[in-house]
Amino acid sequence: MTSFYMPDFNLIFPEMLLAFSALLILMEGSFVKKRSFRRSVHYGLVALGLALFFLIFQNEVGQSWVTFEGQIKQDDFIFFAKALILLGSLGTLAMSLPSMMRENLTSFEYPPLILLATLGMLLMVEANDFIILFIGMEMQGLSLYVLAAFHRDHPRVSEAALKYFILGAFATGFFLYGVSLMYGFTGATNFDIVASVIRAESVNDLSLSLFVGLIFIMAALAFKVSAVPFHMWTPDVYQGCPTPITAFIGGVPKVAAMIVSLRLMMSPFLVLYGEWQSLMVFISAASMIVGAFAALQQTDLKRLLAYSAIGQMGYVLMGIASGNDEGIQSVFVYLSIYLVMFIGTFACLLSLKGKTPEGVQEVDDLKGISMLHPRLSFVLAVFMFSMAGIPPLAGFFAKLYVFKAAISAGLFYLAIIGGLTSVVAAYYYLKIVKVMYFDKLPETPSASHGQLLVLSPEIMVVLNVCAAIILVFFLFPNGMLELAQRAALALPI
Amino acid sequence: MIISLDHYLIVAALLFVIGSIGIFLNRRNVIVILMSIELLLLAVNINFVAFSQYLGDLTGQVFSLFVLTVAAAEAAIGLAILVVYFRNRGDISVGEAPLMKG
Repeated sequence: MTSFYMPDFNLIFPEMLLAFSALLILMEGSFVKKRSFRRSVHYGLVALGLALFFLIFQNEVGQSWVTFEGQIKQDDFIFFAKALILLGSLGTLAMSLPSMMRENLTSFEYPPLILLATLGMLLMVEANDFIILFIGMEMQGLSLYVLAAFHRDHPRVSEAALKYFILGAFATGFFLYGVSLMYGFTGATNFDIVASVIRAESVNDLSLSLFVGLIFIMAALAFKVSAVPFHMWTPDVYQGCPTPITAFIGGVPKVAAMIVSLRLMMSPFLVLYGEWQSLMVFISAASMIVGAFAALQQTDLKRLLAYSAIGQMGYVLMGIASGNDEGIQSVFVYLSIYLVMFIGTFACLLSLKGKTPEGVQEVDDLKGISMLHPRLSFVLAVFMFSMAGIPPLAGFFAKLYVFKAAISAGLFYLAIIGGLTSVVAAYYYLKIVKVMYFDKLPETPSASHGQLLVLSPEIMVVLNVCAAIILVFFLFPNGMLELAQRAALALPI
Repeated sequence: MIISLDHYLIVAALLFVIGSIGIFLNRRNVIVILMSIELLLLAVNINFVAFSQYLGDLTGQVFSLFVLTVAAAEAAIGLAILVVYFRNRGDISVGEAPLMKG
């Protein structure tokens, strides 16, 4: 008889906490007579905060554990990924509260869905086995489909949700098909075993099924991070969903998927670097180009941000394509800064009221708001400058490290494409700044044009923290770099 | 004739291709798309079980059970979204004047 080890439950304590609190909030919503959306969201925030606290409290630097029969792993890399995901979810959930109330989307299922999606993302990044990775991906995917369809009475929302669901399910099919081929070739689903089997083969007689499997898995991951040949869902989902939900769908899950791609490419598939590098270079270049040029003629603000996100993911993929230590660090720095910029931008949008109750929709809705709200416009301008990569804001450093990594890996042309597209992309980021500062307020402003909503304390906190990080990053870049370095060391490159 | 691993893999690949075509070339209605998605996942299951039998390793069969479970959850959510869509639009045909373009 094989001996039976008790798995180490301490390691997944934050995950268990999230799962139980999601269930508790659901129970509370179903059985307590006087339900309150605000209270449910606050419980959700407390759960995320506690999970983050326990995660940090338990972490021991430089340690690496594997538990649950090798299916779940914990090391510095995964620790930082999990902390990033929890922080992102915390910020997004907090800032979405007032606008969800305003749009009358006050079902108590909202915070549990966010918690379950976060749980799925945590499982994704800590998985050391394709089965757990699949379960985690589906857990976040299914929660996100439901979130996307959250506004049930709006035709545009249900269309976006349907598109998201169909393409997401298709990507899942791709992923599974790739994994099945990978399993057929290596005879295992555990990352470590897969890696050692691939390494043991000589590169010349690697079987076709391995390559096909790799390509299928990469395609599915490209869908999850909205990289170019698989980006079709992004603009529709961004535009269609209510803004607070877009802020969640577009932010944290992409970061999680990107970290999973990094982990897969750098640990089990690193031996195949020669094979996947050219694909990654293509995806990265195409994403940067499409992200820069397709956004130019957009008038819808969220659609524009969707193309901008596609472009930004292209830069991150450049870091993965370089496939070295520097690349891993630059991806980490880029993802952290991107998440801050993204959440900050959406916090600005959420605190403005446009023509409709859904908030700001068109770029033109921002005309001249610097006259009405100088502080808010300043903060939004900071985020736009940072996304455009203008020094000394944080976005500049993010791009700098990625370019450095690409150049040290000899990918000069990719770095050149990145430089050129970031010039093109700067046009539409700066256009938003121009609309805010140099366009006149409409002669007869409708009662609601650009009106500031009641700035709730939650949004204020998120906004100020994000703006502060972006503004003062250049004073202390070393702290972030050291974190990224420690994370990169944990990957067996 | 002996049915070997290859035959299973070919059947699975064919089902996968049929499923993909059903998603992209289908111009009729969304139910067909949901069926195609099921087809994709079933093709994957055939792959897993065939490989599992061939390798004499149980992991593949365990994986296929997970896939079945998740496929059921996915179908439930897909149909729920479809019902919402139908209530808002009044029909479920695919190519009918999307509200968002670009």
